[in-house]
Amino acid sequence: MAFDWQPLALVPAISLLALPLFDSASTWLTLTVAGLAMGMIVFIIASGLTLVFGLMDVLNFGHGVFIAIGAFVATSVLGAMGDWTGSTYLALNLVAVFLAMLAAMAAASAVGVVFERLLVRPVYGQHLKQILITMGGMIIGEEVIKIIWGPQQIPLPLPEGLRGAWLLGEAAVEKYRVLAMLLGILMYASLVWTLNRTKIGLLIRAGVDNREMVESLGYPIRRLFVAVFVAGSALAGLGGVMWGLYQQNVVPQMGAQVNVLIFIVIIIGGLGSASGALIGALLVGLMANYTGFLAPKIALFSNIGLMVAILLWRPRGVYPVTNR
Amino acid sequence: MMLKRLLSNDLPRSRALTVLLVIIVLTLAFAPFLLPGVKALSVAAKILVFIVLVASYDLLLGYTGIVSFAHTLFFGIGAYGVAIACTRWGAGWQALASGIGAALALSLLLALAIGLFSLRVRAIFFAMITLAFASAFQTLASQLSDFTGGEDGLSFKLPELLSPGHSFSDSPWLGVALDGRLLCYYLLFAMALALLLALIRIVNSPFGRVLQAIRENEFRAEALGYRVVVFRTLSSVLSALFATLAGVMLALWLRYNGPDTSLSFEVMLDILLILVIGGMGTLYGAVIGAALFVAAQSYLQDLLRLASEAASGLPWLAALLSPDRWLLWLGVLFVLSVYHFPTGIVGTLRGRKAVTPTD
Repeated sequence: MAFDWQPLALVPAISLLALPLFDSASTWLTLTVAGLAMGMIVFIIASGLTLVFGLMDVLNFGHGVFIAIGAFVATSVLGAMGDWTGSTYLALNLVAVFLAMLAAMAAASAVGVVFERLLVRPVYGQHLKQILITMGGMIIGEEVIKIIWGPQQIPLPLPEGLRGAWLLGEAAVEKYRVLAMLLGILMYASLVWTLNRTKIGLLIRAGVDNREMVESLGYPIRRLFVAVFVAGSALAGLGGVMWGLYQQNVVPQMGAQVNVLIFIVIIIGGLGSASGALIGALLVGLMANYTGFLAPKIALFSNIGLMVAILLWRPRGVYPVTNR
Repeated sequence: MMLKRLLSNDLPRSRALTVLLVIIVLTLAFAPFLLPGVKALSVAAKILVFIVLVASYDLLLGYTGIVSFAHTLFFGIGAYGVAIACTRWGAGWQALASGIGAALALSLLLALAIGLFSLRVRAIFFAMITLAFASAFQTLASQLSDFTGGEDGLSFKLPELLSPGHSFSDSPWLGVALDGRLLCYYLLFAMALALLLALIRIVNSPFGRVLQAIRENEFRAEALGYRVVVFRTLSSVLSALFATLAGVMLALWLRYNGPDTSLSFEVMLDILLILVIGGMGTLYGAVIGAALFVAAQSYLQDLLRLASEAASGLPWLAALLSPDRWLLWLGVLFVLSVYHFPTGIVGTLRGRKAVTPTD
């Protein structure tokens, strides 16, 4: 089947359409880079959620917990490594951030294992209960975070070497945003590689397509699902660190805030589709930054408007997954 | 029999349940005389508001099988309708009526738009889309501060007749001052009773039967010739209108409204919790759940404070029991009741497998 280019073309189309709305091209460039960076971060968070839904028909309303856990673990790790983050050597900064990301992913996947076992597994196949239970899990997770780290906002400053911006003509392009974009592209590439070039990926795609068939061929789809769920949690934890560094602070409610965004993203993308999630995330990221600059009060509504427009065009998202 | 007709032939069908309901209704009816004190009366008024709010949500979740997170949106519209009208146009009956009318019209349009647009797609889409709408609306309400008072909200005056300053009689009757506050309470009581009976009437009408058929088997209902989208949309519009009226009741009682009192996600969680604990798809569950939950909520924080002080020797236990963490315990209670208590109090009392909506 030929690749469907239309949704992909939407991303440059939207950014070019927005160009005449700005006074200067440099503002536009700054905002576009910010939007793409935000989009990549949101994609990292949303990819796990959409795969879990595609594979097992489980919608996790508590996905936000993993984001918040990741971000809060990162505040502790980076806080403890003040020498390294304060150092002027870029390499030391990067190692510190990398370690923080690893710790965040480990913590988020540990929570993911517990979450899957206690909350998600008993309610397989019952959508209504899934929504209610995972929502309950989200409340509990948020409160536990408040107990451990306190209810207040915690600053998460960027390490020395990642602060500041490069000047491209008149446009300021922040270093961290470029890093976030690169990391996002790396994660997307490895995800696509895993899904398309490995046996695990083949099984996951087959499971999304037809679960019973994979099961009857003797593959343990349950174990596969747990693996995807945990990997998705780890990705959300990683995304949480990146989101926290992007915002430069973290609050216990951040999970619920980001949840709304990633729901819009996976609806736009088509539930279960990783590439769709990427397109949705980039569109949402660009839209949020453009409207945040032009008309801040309606920023969230612009994303809903975007979702409505996309669903009118393709009612099941840009890349609908068969039989879902 | 008169009572049977009032309840549209949908009797509680359990002796314990009947007794419980009668106790709750009588307590609420005579609350100003039975429970002295400002706090107790406020708790009773809040119970009345939540009975209507949760019952209207039951029409959606319990009877039609739709999960919506935008119910507080309509609750908030009702409350803001009264608040904005009374702030802008002064404390008159006309302002009150036009505020309520405008709120109902806005809710109708919004519910129709959301319903027609998103009820065509799968239930899980609807849940996510309503969540997005609710959170966007809450942000909007706190940002349009010229209009809604922003985060601070709006305090306003009601018509003279309903305000505490108005006195009907110089001497108290049965130890209770006969003032506007008392009249306001009974206005709320009458509204709650009328709205609840109307809801019971709706779910037991042929229309309500179709909704339950859709909940049980959407495909079969469609095959029998019912336009599922139309019925679902009607159900969500009706439930939105009742929620708006619940918001009106809240604003009448508090004479204040802000984003946290009516629009916040916590209110939505309260609604879900009450409905799950009380029992979905029964409407009586809303009454019992609201009464127990609101009473517990109002006094649970006091209880936690005591427990936390008692546990001050163990810092981590004290942190767990701190009154600020009461949501944690509600969350645990919520998860446990979804697992072990899926039919709620009403289902358990009726002692048989109650209907559990599936997707």
